[in-house]
Parts: sequence; C-alpha cells; structure tokens
Amino acid sequence: MKRLAVTVTAVSLLALGACSKKAPEQLPPPPAAPVQTAAPVAAAPQAPGMAPGSQGHFRQAMSGRDVIYFDTDQYNVDAEDAAALRQQAQYLLQYPNARARLEGHADERGTREYNLALGERRANAAKNYLIGLGIPATRLTTISYGKERPDALGSNESSWARNRRAVTVVVE
Amino acid sequence: MTRSLFLASLLSTALLAATPAAAQLAPEAPPPTAPAAELEEEGLSVTVSAEGNWQDIGIAIPAFATNRDQPTPANAQGTAALGQEIAQVIYNDLRFNGLFQPVGPDNLPRPAYDQITSPAWGSWGARSAEMLVHGYVRPGANGNLTVGCYLYDVRLQEELVRQGWEFAPTEWRRAAHKCADLVYSRLSGESPFFDSKIAYIAETGPKDRRVKRLAIMDSDGANHRFITNGQATALTPRYSPDYSQIVYLSYVDGNPSIYIYDIGTGKQQLVTRSENPTLAPRWSPDGRYILYSMAVAGNTDIYRVPVGGGRSVRLTDSPGIDIGGSYSPDGSQIVFESDRSGSQQIYVMGADGSGQRRLSFFGGRAATPEWSPRGDQIAFTHVAGNLRVAVMNPNGRGMRHLTDGWQDEAPTWAPNGRIVQFFRTQPNSGETSLWQVDLTGSNLRRLPTPVGASDPAWGPVLP
Repeated sequence: MKRLAVTVTAVSLLALGACSKKAPEQLPPPPAAPVQTAAPVAAAPQAPGMAPGSQGHFRQAMSGRDVIYFDTDQYNVDAEDAAALRQQAQYLLQYPNARARLEGHADERGTREYNLALGERRANAAKNYLIGLGIPATRLTTISYGKERPDALGSNESSWARNRRAVTVVVE
Repeated sequence: MTRSLFLASLLSTALLAATPAAAQLAPEAPPPTAPAAELEEEGLSVTVSAEGNWQDIGIAIPAFATNRDQPTPANAQGTAALGQEIAQVIYNDLRFNGLFQPVGPDNLPRPAYDQITSPAWGSWGARSAEMLVHGYVRPGANGNLTVGCYLYDVRLQEELVRQGWEFAPTEWRRAAHKCADLVYSRLSGESPFFDSKIAYIAETGPKDRRVKRLAIMDSDGANHRFITNGQATALTPRYSPDYSQIVYLSYVDGNPSIYIYDIGTGKQQLVTRSENPTLAPRWSPDGRYILYSMAVAGNTDIYRVPVGGGRSVRLTDSPGIDIGGSYSPDGSQIVFESDRSGSQQIYVMGADGSGQRRLSFFGGRAATPEWSPRGDQIAFTHVAGNLRVAVMNPNGRGMRHLTDGWQDEAPTWAPNGRIVQFFRTQPNSGETSLWQVDLTGSNLRRLPTPVGASDPAWGPVLP
C-alpha cells in the first residue's frame, strides 16, 4: 500500500516535468505539495469517506490529471495527455477493482451531432491509451456528451480549450 | 434584388395560373333576412417594400361569420368569437411571409353570414383591399365544426378559390391554417405549409447543467406540449412523415441512444439494440426506414434500419466521422456529413451507400445537410469561425448564406421548401432560440417558444 502510493507520487513528479504548451490558461496550477512531502503518506491524501478506488479518492490523487485536453477538432494524445493517462493507468493498476468511464467532450463551436461523434472519438482515444498501458478493456467504458456539458462557461478561446476534453471518472 | 426577382416570379406564376375555383364544399344559401354588416371606413394600408418593384398584396381578413352563435369546446363564448379567433390565426400566418400585407379582424368590420358568399365589394374596395378572405364557422349536430374559407379578388369582384373542412372542435386551429394555406398557395403559386407541426428541444437551466426536453408545437407555436420530463437529456428529434412518431436521441439509459417515441401511446423503443452509442436519426421519405449513425470504437458511420426493427445495413465505412444523412425527396440519394477529408464536409451517395462523393468545396466546414422537400436545394450549417445557415444546389454549387449570426445551426425545411428554421445560440449565456428565414435570406424572425429552444424539425403538411 505505502509502496504503491510512492509510485503515484513519482509518476506525478514525472508528469509535472513533462508539462508542455497545451495546458489551458484557466487551469488551476498543479499543486506543489507532493513534491515537498516525501513521506509516502501524503501521496493520496485520504479525506473521510474517500475510500481508495473511489471517484473522490481518484480525483484527489490525480490532482487535475483526470482530464486531458485536445486541440480544435483533434483527438490525438500528445505528450502531456500521455503523462496524465500514465498516472491514471497507475492508479487503475493499483486498484484493480476500480472501473473507469471516459467522458468525451467538445467545445461549443461545432454542430451538435458532429460534436457527439467527436466526443466519442476523444473518449476512445483516452480509452485506447489506457488499454495500451495494460488496463483491461472490460474495466473501461466511454460516453460522449458532445458540447452539451461544458466545464468552462465563457465563449472564448480559453474556455473552449478547457471544454475540448476527456474526463476519466472512476465508477464503483 | 434577389428577393424582388424571386417574389415577382412567384406572383406572376400565381396570376397566370389563375383557374376557376373548385368548390369542395359549397355553403348552403344563407338566409336573406340577415342584416348587412355596417362597414366602417378604416384605412387598409398597402406598403411598397424598400427593394422597389415588389408590392405586398393587401389582404383583408375579417372575422369568420357563423350561422348560429353557440358555445363549443373550441370556444365557450360561442362560434362568433371563434370566428374572430380563426381570422386572427390566418392573419398571423400570412403576415410574416413578406408576400402579403394582411389586415386582421381586430381592425376590420365583421361581415354577416350571408355576406360570406356575396361580399360587400364597394366597402372593401374603398379600403384599398386587393384581396379579401371570408369564411364561416358552423357548429354541426355531431359536435364537429365546419369551416368554410373563401378568397376573393376585390378589384375583379371575383372568387378566386374556396374550400371547406370539418374538424373536431379541439382542432379548430387547423381549419385556420388550412385557410391560410389555401390563400398562400393560390396567391404565391407555392405549396402550402402552415398546417404542419414542429418537434424541437426545449432548453432550461444554466449552460453547464442545461435541461433538454423533447417538445412539440404547431407551426405557429400553438398547442405547445412537452413530451419528456427533462430527467434525461433529449436531442435531435425528427417527426415521422405521418406525425405518429418522433425519432430522437436520449440519454435515458445513460448512454446516448436513438428511440422511436409513439405519440399516441406515449411509449418508446430503441431503434436498434447496441452497446455502441447511436445518434443523428433521420426518417426515409416513405417513413419505412431510419438512418442513424453509430460510433464503434470511436469511428462513426451511417446505417439504415427498418422502422419496425430488423437488420441494420451499414452505408459508410470511412475511418472518419460519417453522420447526419438526409434523403432526397424521392428517396434515391442521401446527403450526409463526413470529415474523411480532414474536416467536416458534405457528401452525397446513393440510398444503398454507393457512389460517395464530396459536394462542398467552398472553404470552411459544412455540416448538418438537409435536403429540401422540393429537391432543388440542400440547407446546411457553414462553419467558418461563426456558424451560419446556408443553402446550395444539389450539385454543390450556388452556395448562399441565409443568416449571419454568431452561431446559427441545424436548418430544417418548411414542408414547401421555401423557408428554413434553425436554432441560434447566444455567446456566453448559451441561450438558444428558434428562428426562421426564407430562401432569399429575408423575413428573418424568431419563433415564440415558452423557454429556450434548439434542434427544430419541421414535419410535412397534414392531410
């Protein structure tokens, strides 16, 4: 248990190092806390009710890396996305009973039906990457919300960048 | 310029095609004792449009008369009050089309029952009315209403057309729409479209948690009804050609899937059973098949399935997103959207999937193609920064924008192929509303809906 938590910390450190151009401006900065606390305990802080393998626990452990972002009309996984997905995969390998749903989204500047298909494509890109990292396909499902569930509410480039995304959600 | 020419050709066609009116239902000779209505002197304005050579036709639409004023389920005040309402519905139908300059019953004297078949020519002529709509409402012994509709040319002092219909009292508005259709068709030479319905998505709530419900209404916004309760997101409805069913996308089972909702029974069924998401449903013109798109491992293709269930036939197999097919009116071809070239563009293929070729080559992206019921145009969403509604010929040429909004998308055709409706989204708030515009890009107007609205789907003219 403790050893695995250390691994998660290590992966997140790697991921921070690999951070590249694509992080949308409005994203909260990645927390710096794990770097300081070398003690393995702090890797996946456990709030009351946050059972390991739960969505709350997963989100906390990912600290923002439960979401990957895409360029306009694109669905390829770039280096930054790959780092986030590796961290997700690490978690899913650590908790083999956890299943994950990949939710694909698009920004509002496209037509509704196409965006549903595009969201599905993005969700599958994330899913396939996780499969490639050894997560069994049977533990992963996809769903597209197209442009129907924006995260950022503005009508500007930075909001659209935040909405072109695939979100990994742990389902129990 | 374009508009003037189009309208002028409409008008000349209509006048040349003038034929003696066929009496589908002749009213009984009204009692000669009925007193003639007092016709007050009020001006009937006739305006000349800014474009110059088109003059809207002035049409007087006074209240419909009745032979016996009695309460009915359509109007508790009586058939005289109902006659006023019917004329008002006709007035509202005709006033937004840019062809006519109607004057409604609120501003006109009320003709007597016996004047319906023998108008007071002098009085109407003095009002500068070029055309006159007269009609009557008669309560029947079986509880139904009989509505007669007459169109007169005031200058020629001649009847142009007449027709009558029997409706259950709850359907009285349909009689008004039928009358408006009769007038519109006779004067424009175009096919009717008012007696039709629209399915759409009603939207409420904040942008990130918007509730989307399936809803229906008449072409003028009346008889509005929510079909789904909003617990599951509903999108992209399409009325079946006979209005008995609506095919649409619902998240009711968690995943987006296409259902056929039966309006009579209120029950719905999956179009096809699949683990994969299904989307973008469309009816074939004969109502026997449904086109849909299905995403398998992220790759979306177009399929066809019999409405009653059965084997799906895959029509496209490109590695890109193929979606949103729309049949030509004769059912022989399908226009659809694909990003196989790298961006969304419009393609056409045979109804069996054969001979797929790209139609759109005018820059930007092109999406949501809908074949006109007349077959002569394809409406679509042109994405080039903003989203705008545009039309092109079925050969891909002659692209014209009809709108210039920030985000106008998903056009649907009026049953006569002369008007398109679409939905418009406001930046930031994401508020949506239904709009319509005619083929010349004129007469843009917002449709009244009780809440936000998107994904309009206009059905055919009712029989």
